[in-house]
Amino acid sequence: MKYLFEGVSRSALVLLALFFAALAAAPMFANDYLIVVLITILYFAYAGQCWNIMMGFAGQLSLGHALYVGLGAYVTAALYVKFGVSPWIGLFPALVIAGAVGAVIGFLAFRFGVSGVYFAILTIAFAEFARIGFDHFAWVGGAAGYFLPVANYTQNDFFNLRGSQHMFYYILLAMTVAAFVLCHLLLRSRAGYYWLAIRESPEAAEALGINIFRYKMYAVVLSAALTSLGGVIFAFFYNNLFPEQVFHISRSIELILGPIIGGIGTLFGPIVGAFLLTGLAEGLREVMLRLGIDLPGMKQVFYGICLLLVVMFLPDGVWPPLKKKLGLDRDTEKRGS
Amino acid sequence: MTTEVVLKIAISGVLTGLVYGLMALGLSVIFGVVRVVNFAHGEMMTIAMYLVIVFFSALGLDPLLMLVPISAVLFALGYLMQRAIINPFINRPEHSQFMLLVAVALIMVNALLLIFGPDSQGITTTYSFDSFDVGGIIIDAGKVYAAIAALIVAVALFAFFRLTLTGKAIRACADNYNGALVVGLDVKRLYSLTFGIGAACVGAAGTMLMIVTDVTPAIGPAYTLLAFVIVITGGLGSMPGAIVGGVLIGLTEALGGFFFTPSAKTMFSFAILVLVLLFRPQGIMGRKTA
Amino acid sequence: MALLEVSGISKSFSGLKAVQNVTFEVPEGKIVGLIGPNGAGKTTCFNMIAGVYKPDTGTVTLNGVRINGKRPDEICRAGIGRTFQIVKPFAGLSVLDNVVVGALNAASSVSEARKKADEVLEILGLAPKRLQAASTLTLPDRKRLEVARALATQPKLLLLDEVMAGLRPTEVDQMVRVLLDLNKRGLTILLIEHVMRAVMALSGNIIVLHHGELISRGTPDQIAKDPKVLECYLGEEAL
Repeated sequence: MKYLFEGVSRSALVLLALFFAALAAAPMFANDYLIVVLITILYFAYAGQCWNIMMGFAGQLSLGHALYVGLGAYVTAALYVKFGVSPWIGLFPALVIAGAVGAVIGFLAFRFGVSGVYFAILTIAFAEFARIGFDHFAWVGGAAGYFLPVANYTQNDFFNLRGSQHMFYYILLAMTVAAFVLCHLLLRSRAGYYWLAIRESPEAAEALGINIFRYKMYAVVLSAALTSLGGVIFAFFYNNLFPEQVFHISRSIELILGPIIGGIGTLFGPIVGAFLLTGLAEGLREVMLRLGIDLPGMKQVFYGICLLLVVMFLPDGVWPPLKKKLGLDRDTEKRGS
Repeated sequence: MTTEVVLKIAISGVLTGLVYGLMALGLSVIFGVVRVVNFAHGEMMTIAMYLVIVFFSALGLDPLLMLVPISAVLFALGYLMQRAIINPFINRPEHSQFMLLVAVALIMVNALLLIFGPDSQGITTTYSFDSFDVGGIIIDAGKVYAAIAALIVAVALFAFFRLTLTGKAIRACADNYNGALVVGLDVKRLYSLTFGIGAACVGAAGTMLMIVTDVTPAIGPAYTLLAFVIVITGGLGSMPGAIVGGVLIGLTEALGGFFFTPSAKTMFSFAILVLVLLFRPQGIMGRKTA
Repeated sequence: MALLEVSGISKSFSGLKAVQNVTFEVPEGKIVGLIGPNGAGKTTCFNMIAGVYKPDTGTVTLNGVRINGKRPDEICRAGIGRTFQIVKPFAGLSVLDNVVVGALNAASSVSEARKKADEVLEILGLAPKRLQAASTLTLPDRKRLEVARALATQPKLLLLDEVMAGLRPTEVDQMVRVLLDLNKRGLTILLIEHVMRAVMALSGNIIVLHHGELISRGTPDQIAKDPKVLECYLGEEAL
């Protein structure tokens, strides 16, 4: 516990506690619609945090993270539907498979010196591969989609992840908090230091005794495996999976917008980014609904404009300047806290 | 399945591949000079394709006639994009530039969706159903015209870079940014010109592609990926490489779609991409960088 | 047996012979200077010792163990720390964290590495700037940071590539003092340097490279009098 709070200022802790308390109490006040919005936010916050391990910490740009979400979703959904395996058990094979696929991509890329934009394109290529592959994978429905049985649940079946929105909300909240704490600890660990070093200068990192291949692999595998857990929730919350949607590049991009807008490599970036983006997009939707305008694509144009403005004018994202405003940057020693 | 059918498919693939090659040539030129990967490439092409639809339905103009004006519009778009938003990003990290263009792409796709709706649209020209019979092999006339036009544009571009002073100045920028600055070249303007030229290439390619296919707003990212695949296969920054890569990918997709299933055809080009990235990262025609 | 033994190493880049059949050794506890005009192959030599390049021919041994052909990180773990001529700080990290990364090479925990990093920062006079981002440092401070980071890996042998360049004379003297002190505590140093007053003050032995070949070696006095050395420097560097 001492290790957990080391170097974190008191004011930051108080703010953090208040923030999470508000989130924990939210279902008591929020209506169904708001809960769905919050679930979306938490999902993006969680997945963004996972992506951030790879890009924000280790500096490896993945534009194909929908691949891992999809793998997690399909593996647990198939195990549940076909064999009645609880998602809590099914998530282990999902973790392993997503991690293994991440390892394959990482191994190929890092062994053969594929980096930068080429690496990003390689990650897209694998996600596209999966999209087309699952389109033709009849065992899990192919392009026609894969569906989980839905009924009107009077009681939460926690063991099989069948139940109310509130259940999913709390599970996602727990996952987001866990990912946050994990990343916080990772940044303070040997691996965290090594990742940041690799991100800043691979040559210098290598000269200081860091096996950069190994640590890049750790980042990819960890990021891939954790992202797949987001897919588990995705599958059991939405109850339907279409390769065309799940693995599509726009899913991958949606997933990384939060951390980029919030601040790449920061712990709060993915959370702040998810709140901002989803919050604003839902606000926009609400306004348009009131005005009686229904335009598909408006939300994405809005996302695009947000991304454009942030990338142009806040290259470090929203969180670093916000942190300064809140006066939280004084006593934290390490960047990225 | 007869040899004629396979040959017909192969020729059709090569012809489409030449148009793909022109599209990829635009990406390659931009990367070779500005060192920015245009993530909005396919989206820019769909803009050109919708321009064809607008002009065709409003004025009934044949795509072949619109080749030059639409390329000019795309040139202006590219020039302005480089000037207004990309030039300030020249010294930013790679991922930052990438994100910028992802944002532009996102806006383009969905702006088109807002304006034109999600449905697929196409045009029917006077020669849409014509074909040539070459020794028993039937070839679509539209594809032949499109491929010839694409080749002409590509050759014109080669000539521009080899023969004109501006073309040489742009190549100088590509070889040595600082050197170009030192000898007094207006690098930023040349970059804008280059991006404009790259955009004009996709403009021409998009116009030609409308003769042979339909367009939806959502197809943009697929074309961007296709352009990446081609350019990496052929060699990023290599102009002949883009054309060779285009033909190779066009052929692969046509044959892959024929022998397996059309919906899985892109898998074959992605397989080629992965193999090239791993075993010949500089591409088929690319030079090895130390 | 010397700590570092370099024997007959060569390296060509697309036909151009950067280093040809160079042999020398660095005895334990000594400071050896590697000098020569620009383009003499000094940094290429360094990079072969540090594992960035694999030598085309020849061997490099540390304590009698062959290290040529190993990766840079393996060589660092074997006990050779190095700096880069063109400094490569982890720009986004604080000065302290830069050095902590180096210290983790030998430390068993992050807290131990922090302690070590603070010690090293103290030695190099960077302690007051420990929480600044490395990107805000001036060039002389960045050079010090390079040394601090390499030193924090707790090497047996430290390779320094022009760490005095860009430093003012008083700063050079200060750096010389720091290095002599470290040497007294048992650190072996091989340094490439153009600042002759530093080389002369530090080195027990000097090796001179010219056009990729070793042309002279000896004590500073011997080197200063060697006509071959004077000839290769004439008009190129002010001695």
